[in-house]
Amino acid sequence: MKRIIFIFCLFTLSCNNKASDSKQANLDDQDNKSNEVVDSNIDLEIYDYDGLKPLLYKSDDKVHVVNFWATWCAPCIKELPYFETVNETYDDKGVEVLLVSLDFPRQYETQLIPYIKKHKLKSKVVAFDDTNQNRWIPAINENWSGAIPATIIYKGDQRKFYEQSFTLEELETELKQFIN
Amino acid sequence: MKTLKLCVVVVLALALTAFTFKSDSDGYKVGDIATDFSLENIDGSMVSLSDYKDAKGFIVIFTCNTCPYAVAYEDRIVALDKKYAPKGYPVIAIMPNDTDIKPGDNLEAMKARAKAKGFTFPYLIDKGQDIYPQYGATKTPHVYVLQKTDKGNEVKYIGAIDDNYKDASQVTEKYTENAVNALLNGKSVETTQTRAIGCSIKVKS
Repeated sequence: MKRIIFIFCLFTLSCNNKASDSKQANLDDQDNKSNEVVDSNIDLEIYDYDGLKPLLYKSDDKVHVVNFWATWCAPCIKELPYFETVNETYDDKGVEVLLVSLDFPRQYETQLIPYIKKHKLKSKVVAFDDTNQNRWIPAINENWSGAIPATIIYKGDQRKFYEQSFTLEELETELKQFIN
Repeated sequence: MKTLKLCVVVVLALALTAFTFKSDSDGYKVGDIATDFSLENIDGSMVSLSDYKDAKGFIVIFTCNTCPYAVAYEDRIVALDKKYAPKGYPVIAIMPNDTDIKPGDNLEAMKARAKAKGFTFPYLIDKGQDIYPQYGATKTPHVYVLQKTDKGNEVKYIGAIDDNYKDASQVTEKYTENAVNALLNGKSVETTQTRAIGCSIKVKS
């Protein structure tokens, strides 16, 4: 398991990089609205399959929703707010969302982290970087062709895999099968 | 007795039809005969597999402009065509996305991309989105290696180009090349199916 801590210091950016001025302004606008410390450290965990696997097979009492996505994947971005919604709405029902990003490593700093910050994602986000896809795609689900978005919902031994996009309604319908 | 016979035939026929439909929706498996098509190329011509009288087979690749995985493989797709077209296995690229959803994949954009990257192969648009579901392509890039046989173009390999989308120099298994090499040498393909991440094919909901 690799683990990298990205430290985002807006001050340094604005001093060193004039080209990022416009982006800078946007971030500032949004950050000013809340008192949360969203522009300090974003701690991005990066896993290969062996590192990710334990997160796909947790044996607690929670309902785990694992969504494979990327910032460049339009249908993923479209459904991402629904995952955020269920993460918040069903928190008291023991639902936990994990957003597994398949962004390329060179995009972590330019795309992924800015996205997490801009949209103030509350669900846990991890980056998944493992080039041996022919090994882990069938391991995650035998029927997965490899297209994203894709989602796993599981609780203990009960598990379902979805190679599809969700509406909020569809996601809640599936989720309710796992909530007692 | 005659009626019974007829019944059996009808039932059998129905069962067969149902079966055919099912396998259609799942797409091709290795060993199936792939359909030919007539699709518009970026130069305005219509291209069919049957146009290639001297080909021994085809490397059919569903790909597009807008998917980062497809883009990561562009140079390798060009290299595949340069290497295997002279040996009888040309690349046929097909763009399967709905261009209202992905304007970056429309015919004009396809032309521009092909020119910029120096595509040496036809880059066709599956305008009616009829062909990719028959093949069972779900994402870009998605490769089908076909071999010309008496029965038609037989599917010999389905899946990824190689085992490292990120870095061509770190590739250890060239799945598509291995499949074509085996066919050229009259051998059977060892790895007939592989999986890789790709962008889902875009359709109107």
